[in-house]
Amino acid sequence: MTATTLTPGASTANDGVLFDGAEWDFETVRRVYEAIEAIARDDLGLDVYPNQIEIISAEQMLDAYSSVGMPLMYAHWSYGKRFVRDEVLYRKGYQALAYEIVINSNPCISYCMEENTMAMQAVVIAHAAFGHNHFFKNNYLFQQWTDPGGILDYLDFAKRYVATCEELHGVEAVESTLDAAHALMGQGVFRYPRAAKLKLAEYERRRREKRERETRDYCDLWRTVPGAALAPTGDLDEKDARARKLRLRLPEENLLYFLEKNSPALLDWQRELLRIVRNLAQYFYPQRQTKLMNEGCATFVHYTIVNGLYDKGLISEGALLEILHSHANVVAQFDFDDQRYGGINPYALGFAMMQDIQRICVAPTDEDREWFPEIAGREDWRAVLRDVWANYRDESFVRQFLSPRLIRKFRLFALSNKASESNVRVEAIHDAEGYRRVRSALADTYDVSANEPDIQIVDVNLLGDRPLTLRHTVRNGVRLAEAEREATLRHIRRLWGHEVRLEETPIAPSA
Amino acid sequence: MAHFVDRRLNPRDKSLGNRQRFLRRARAEVKRAVDKAVAERSIVDAGKGGTVSIPTDGIGEPQFHLSSDSGEREYVRPGNKDFVAGDRIDKPRGAAGGSGREASESGSGEDPFSFALSEAEFLDILFEDLELPDLVKASLKDLSAKEFRRAGYSNDGATPNLAVLRTMRVSMSRRFALRRPTDAEVDRLEAELAALRVKAAPELADELRIRQLYADIERLKRRQRAVPFIDPIDVRYNRFTPTNVPRAKAVMFCLMDVSASMGEREKDLAKRFFILLHLFLKRKYERVDIVFIRHTHEAAEVDEQEFFYGRESGGTVVSSALKAMIAAREARYPAADWNVYCAQASDGDNSGSDSRDCVALLAEAILPLTQYYAHIEIGAEGATDGDESRQTDLWRAYAGLKEAASNFAMARVARRADIYPVFRKLFTRQTKQGAAS
Repeated sequence: MTATTLTPGASTANDGVLFDGAEWDFETVRRVYEAIEAIARDDLGLDVYPNQIEIISAEQMLDAYSSVGMPLMYAHWSYGKRFVRDEVLYRKGYQALAYEIVINSNPCISYCMEENTMAMQAVVIAHAAFGHNHFFKNNYLFQQWTDPGGILDYLDFAKRYVATCEELHGVEAVESTLDAAHALMGQGVFRYPRAAKLKLAEYERRRREKRERETRDYCDLWRTVPGAALAPTGDLDEKDARARKLRLRLPEENLLYFLEKNSPALLDWQRELLRIVRNLAQYFYPQRQTKLMNEGCATFVHYTIVNGLYDKGLISEGALLEILHSHANVVAQFDFDDQRYGGINPYALGFAMMQDIQRICVAPTDEDREWFPEIAGREDWRAVLRDVWANYRDESFVRQFLSPRLIRKFRLFALSNKASESNVRVEAIHDAEGYRRVRSALADTYDVSANEPDIQIVDVNLLGDRPLTLRHTVRNGVRLAEAEREATLRHIRRLWGHEVRLEETPIAPSA
Repeated sequence: MAHFVDRRLNPRDKSLGNRQRFLRRARAEVKRAVDKAVAERSIVDAGKGGTVSIPTDGIGEPQFHLSSDSGEREYVRPGNKDFVAGDRIDKPRGAAGGSGREASESGSGEDPFSFALSEAEFLDILFEDLELPDLVKASLKDLSAKEFRRAGYSNDGATPNLAVLRTMRVSMSRRFALRRPTDAEVDRLEAELAALRVKAAPELADELRIRQLYADIERLKRRQRAVPFIDPIDVRYNRFTPTNVPRAKAVMFCLMDVSASMGEREKDLAKRFFILLHLFLKRKYERVDIVFIRHTHEAAEVDEQEFFYGRESGGTVVSSALKAMIAAREARYPAADWNVYCAQASDGDNSGSDSRDCVALLAEAILPLTQYYAHIEIGAEGATDGDESRQTDLWRAYAGLKEAASNFAMARVARRADIYPVFRKLFTRQTKQGAAS
């Protein structure tokens, strides 16, 4: 990451604004891009993938919407469904289209709508091509789980592979496999990095060391100690089961992976389809965990850059006002009892938290010093923010950086809801006793894995009638939604080819 | 440095394939919705696309979700007004969890799924498996229209069909093969000869060369004469062979009784029927002509406006319309080029003797030359198609015809919503008969 150098805005020659009026052309966009890039690199110290900015029409934006934002995607009816729905919403004016879509790829592709005014194009470039781009490149989750350099090639491969399969095996067969795979997308990700497979030599070395250690430490006396664990004498079935589970690496939470590798019913091309869906699910997993931060980062970046442009005299007051107007719309947070309320707006909270961190660094209050001793008064807010963007996800970010001041500003309150009771209880509000409770409750809601059912494959009997056993570990008594549970199980049955059971096992609350 | 790409000119319908997949998937539901839409729509909009709503059943994408009506959970909301810790708030009725909107977003969604169909999609679904019976025959068996089509070249033919380029090509290859000297070669030698001959003081070598040139030129010219530039065997002609093509034109005769007994309602129903038939024919044929013939006790060919909205009064003589139709067909629509369809709408009132005339005219002059003849009788409000109790003169007379001719169909229509099913029935029933026979 480059060192932060402040550009003295006042000293640059103020030779007029970069653009005038709403119309844009490629030359102007390029000049604005360069001005934005200067601020992003030199002032904020952002580190981005090379940018590729594509101008598209509204219709193409709709297309992109329906294929989960990706420039190329394999064919499936569900994308058509999304398209027809979005189209109606858009045509009737219920829903405006996004100004941009940005793809975590290298080079980083951002789509800008042709309808945007020049001022909006500037915002969009700052937001997507620098804000999101920096986040994609630097956040640990993206680094760990995604391959931005290869994603477009992979999608291209996937698209062609699916098309070939449709030709060879029929659209319907492909569709039913993809349907089933899509149903398991939520259970098709690895949540933890898995140990790399050992090379044979390394494996041998470890085994030898282990044996040597055992030989060295062997003491016959232990065998005689009363109550010592006897050699496992469980009946044959149990031993079998243990060996079997070991061999299949059970329990396994990545259902798609397990089915791809072990299902007796699937053909090779079906396994490959499962793999494609699984890879995509994995690719999108970091985005689901960092919605708040990603948007907060991008919004903060565009806000800072646009103000920087204005300070340098590169954009006019009118353009600034237009930008601030749409910025205000984007970061609007409605109260819970407002008609327009639709959950906590990630743009609003994310942006507010980024600004708050900047404030804590620059002008901390006593409260901030108490809550955030590590960053309060550190002056160098750019480095602090870059560190935050690189090393947190939504859940840990909120848990670490949501300040009492923001809890007061948003007037957040925590509710607890028991299905068995007819009312909900206010657990905490924005007061001294409540801050931590509110913060922790909010952080929990951003924990993607805690808000998704924890379903694992626990056992499979490959010899008999091959039943597959899944276990849903029930947390806080929250069970699976009934209707969809059955429909999804049918899909798993299709992939597994034999009986699939799902048991719901409660664990004690707060265990 | 960034890379800017202008994608606006890229192909647009990237989602088309997915869209079609989706429609195929939701076919049954979409069809039901389309049928309903047609029954409810006004005349002008009948064929246009539009928004339809379907239940979400067949197009669900199930996933494991945590149910919102069990267990306990905690969440955070913004905008606290006056709550303090320990307050209890009643849950909103119906939506467990107190998060109305979110619940319905993540839930299975009972709301119908609505989306827009394009005109082409709409009509495709509307007319799916609604085949005119004789249509199949018309395109397979009844290939009466002949057309001459290019089919390569032939060695003989009429002069106007001379294929000049091909002839020249053949001629050129023959000339190459026989080594016919080109004019350029001869010219070159002659130029050399001329240059030598004007020389003031020719040397011996020149003399010899001149003699040589004379001989060469003579030889080349002789060879040129022996191998002609164009020989009769080079000549090729375009060959045309007669091909049978399905007739791509259809004429649709709309016959309607406009006597006093036909009111606004009856005309409106008839119009709907005509529109459906027209839409259908328009999709099947390159060109569809419509002839409107209205009749009271005398028939007249009129334009559409006059047909539906003109005022006329008089008695009822149905055969007059049939005669007018025969006349129009003979004058303008030779059977070799045109598929003839006829739709007749009437309230069934006609004198007994004229009904017999009608049957005779139909059986002898009209049905043999018609692809399909549909007669609909506009019944009184509340009557249904199955209701045979009120037999009109015309209906009774036509009933015998129905048995005898397979390209004749009749049905009763009483309500707006009946039109489409009746239309469908008229044509599908025939198909079944055709398949059985």
